Amino acid sequence: MKLRIEKSPAPVWFRPLIPLLAILFTILITSVLVILVGANPFHAFYYFLIDPLSSRVSFIEVLVKSTPLLLTGAAVTFAFVGGFWNIGAEGQMLMGATAATAIGIHMHAAPPWVAIPLMLAGGFAAGMAWVLIPALMRVKLHIDEVVTTLLLNAVALLIVSAILNGPWRDPVSQWPQSPEIAASAIFPKLIPRTRLHLGFLIALAVILIVWFILTRTPFGLKMKAVGLGPQAARFAGINVDRTLLISALVSGGIAGLAGVNEVAGIHYHLIDAIAGGQGYTGIIVATLGGLNAWGVTLAAFFIGLIDTGSQTVSRALGVPIYLGDVIQATLLLTTLAFLLFQRYRIRIR
Amino acid sequence: MTESISPPAVEMRGIVKRFGPVIANNHVDFTLEQGEIHALLGENGAGKTTLMRILYGLYHPDAGEIRIKGQPVVIHSPKDAIAHGIGMVTQHFALAAPLTVAENVVLGYTDGFRLDLPAASQKVLDAARRFGIEVDPNARVKDLSVGQRQRVEILKALYRQADVLILDEPTAVLTPQEVEQLFEGLRRMQSQGLSVVFISHKLHEVMAITDRVTVLRQGEVIGTVRTQETTPAELARMMVGRPTFGVSKPDTSPRDDVLLRLEKVAALDSRGLPAVKDVTLHVRAGEILGLAGVSGNGQRELAQVLEGVRRCTGGYIVANGHDITNAGPRKVMAAGVGRIPEDRHESVVLDLTVAQNMALEHLDAYTRGGVLDKKRMRAHAEQLIEAYQIKARPDDPIRTLSGGNMQKVILARVLERNPSVIIVAQPTRGLDVGATEYVHQKLVEQRERGAAILLISEDLDEILTLSDRVAVMYEGEIMGIVPPDVDLETLGLLMSGVRIANEPENTEAA
Repeated sequence: MKLRIEKSPAPVWFRPLIPLLAILFTILITSVLVILVGANPFHAFYYFLIDPLSSRVSFIEVLVKSTPLLLTGAAVTFAFVGGFWNIGAEGQMLMGATAATAIGIHMHAAPPWVAIPLMLAGGFAAGMAWVLIPALMRVKLHIDEVVTTLLLNAVALLIVSAILNGPWRDPVSQWPQSPEIAASAIFPKLIPRTRLHLGFLIALAVILIVWFILTRTPFGLKMKAVGLGPQAARFAGINVDRTLLISALVSGGIAGLAGVNEVAGIHYHLIDAIAGGQGYTGIIVATLGGLNAWGVTLAAFFIGLIDTGSQTVSRALGVPIYLGDVIQATLLLTTLAFLLFQRYRIRIR
Repeated sequence: MTESISPPAVEMRGIVKRFGPVIANNHVDFTLEQGEIHALLGENGAGKTTLMRILYGLYHPDAGEIRIKGQPVVIHSPKDAIAHGIGMVTQHFALAAPLTVAENVVLGYTDGFRLDLPAASQKVLDAARRFGIEVDPNARVKDLSVGQRQRVEILKALYRQADVLILDEPTAVLTPQEVEQLFEGLRRMQSQGLSVVFISHKLHEVMAITDRVTVLRQGEVIGTVRTQETTPAELARMMVGRPTFGVSKPDTSPRDDVLLRLEKVAALDSRGLPAVKDVTLHVRAGEILGLAGVSGNGQRELAQVLEGVRRCTGGYIVANGHDITNAGPRKVMAAGVGRIPEDRHESVVLDLTVAQNMALEHLDAYTRGGVLDKKRMRAHAEQLIEAYQIKARPDDPIRTLSGGNMQKVILARVLERNPSVIIVAQPTRGLDVGATEYVHQKLVEQRERGAAILLISEDLDEILTLSDRVAVMYEGEIMGIVPPDVDLETLGLLMSGVRIANEPENTEAA
């Protein structure tokens, strides 16, 4: 018997199956780990995938956890579709959070309808600013943005640390955390006595806008052309550099909004763990979602579900909470592997 | 000669190779004597590379026999070929850039797990000295020029004890100085008893370096001649043959108005060397001006300049009264220029759909209130698919289309706008007979409509059938402009770089 990999495009109906197959394989693979720590995989995946949806409180918590992922997933999607490999959503999110805090702590005299739009604008601008340098380096100097955006994440984190250990250090507790933002700058709750806040609606609105741009506007088609075939795009008269630059900036801006969301919706102050890897998770969400807005929405909810579930499962079965991270990482790898089957197939002879 | 004493280094008899309906090699006989440099000459697609890929084990012949030093052999893979002493250097080097020359040479050819690099390095140096190949074994490949990298590839073959060396268009990537060095090296190898197959379509190089020439045309051997007993013109005639197309051009004569004017246009190639030098051409309404020439003489670069995707470094271009010198694709199209480029993948996005690609050049026309009018894009695509008999649906990704249908999509996109100037390069490369005829028919229709067409092609039959006048390009310059019924002798001379007296372009523009 011989295994051969052949180039052959998959039928159309296969495409939506890819994430499902990836999820199935991920469960199979990670079950081994669950067994290794002495738990029953059926119980474990019940707590991961079903238990959080069974009560109102934990279901709302899934939505809360999905909110920043909707935004970072949308950010990464926007960049990837346009052919800009933005690995820096984490750093752009941190910068957005910093800008939102800087504005939020001075909003004591302002009403919410001034404070909140200002913070959103500031966060968007800060995310854009943070991606501007790698974007320009890519367009003008042909420097690989994967490296530059990735490295700037560390720089962003160090800047936030410096601010928190310097000018914004809490004068009372001496903890590296900023002063609280003004009450009027805090996102109102959507459901009283839960953590679900305005940010969730903002994230859904962003998803809707991203969907609209990518599928309904000429600019979206230009982005796809540039992302899929820059040479042909240029031949067709599309300004490739400009398109890349705009894709990158909008992506950075959306990642910045994710930072605003965390400050104004969850923490009310800045801490250095405010992004907490959610910028990187955005890459998983975008890839799993097949770089389309609805796919990203589902993927964000799914990852939010696993995040919530990993806490339940560790409480109930004593499995390490990091299993959730392992599942996410495995999911990215299996998704990437399954994406190959769009173009290739394995023939056994 | 020594033929009578020692058997030929390689003997290929009755080789047949089909790719689907296309016959790439049709009962090809080829004999390489020991110690000779033998050219395989022919146009693109004549079957030269296919034949040598069969010898190197990359393709398997459908019929035929291969003998090496008189012994019949079956070559399953390059590994077998190497074991039989055959080495091949292609245009695309297989080198690991971060590794040194010595490491690259011994890569994949080490005994077991042990790797004695100093010894390898010494062996590489010995081989290099023996064949007069100047290259530092400890240099890293990424620091080497293209010519030096090619020497590493040759060294790799020699290190594996090759005594038959196949060079696939070795000079295509080299500067003139590097070509000279390559030739010196080849002569040294020849004096050491090596046999060389030199694949080329450059006549002067073939004349300069080879002992014998085998000419292929459309997969068949036209003949084998001694280089000393032939002339470039004879070789050109053998390469070209007679026009065989079914499309006929109506007997209307071009109008007087010049729609496309190139004045002393110059451009550089991707290596920064001059590729187009002072090209002056005038194309009139209702005229097809054919631009002939052996490939790699600046036609590609000239086409890209006209398409708006390569910088013009001198002179100017006027299309339809608009100066389009360095104007970019958008303004070039706005001036009424339709562009059908050499590389189809250069002008369509493979993963976008047929409808999207058909609209891509003029998205403004499919936008209403800032929103894409998908219905219109689709209707437009359906209409073109019908009109141009394209076998595809509007939502199929272009990637899934055959070459012929892909070319029809591009034709449809360009021609539906009734461009007054058409730049078309290698329009039928890789297409089957039916698709080729269709493309020719469409171009003739455009000529009738009054478009000025610059047809750039390496397929001389195509040029001679369709053109009203034929300009010949050689090393970036126009050697002359001749009528399409010119004798092939003259055409061969022009293509091999001999200029003939010719009325200058600007006198006829008045």
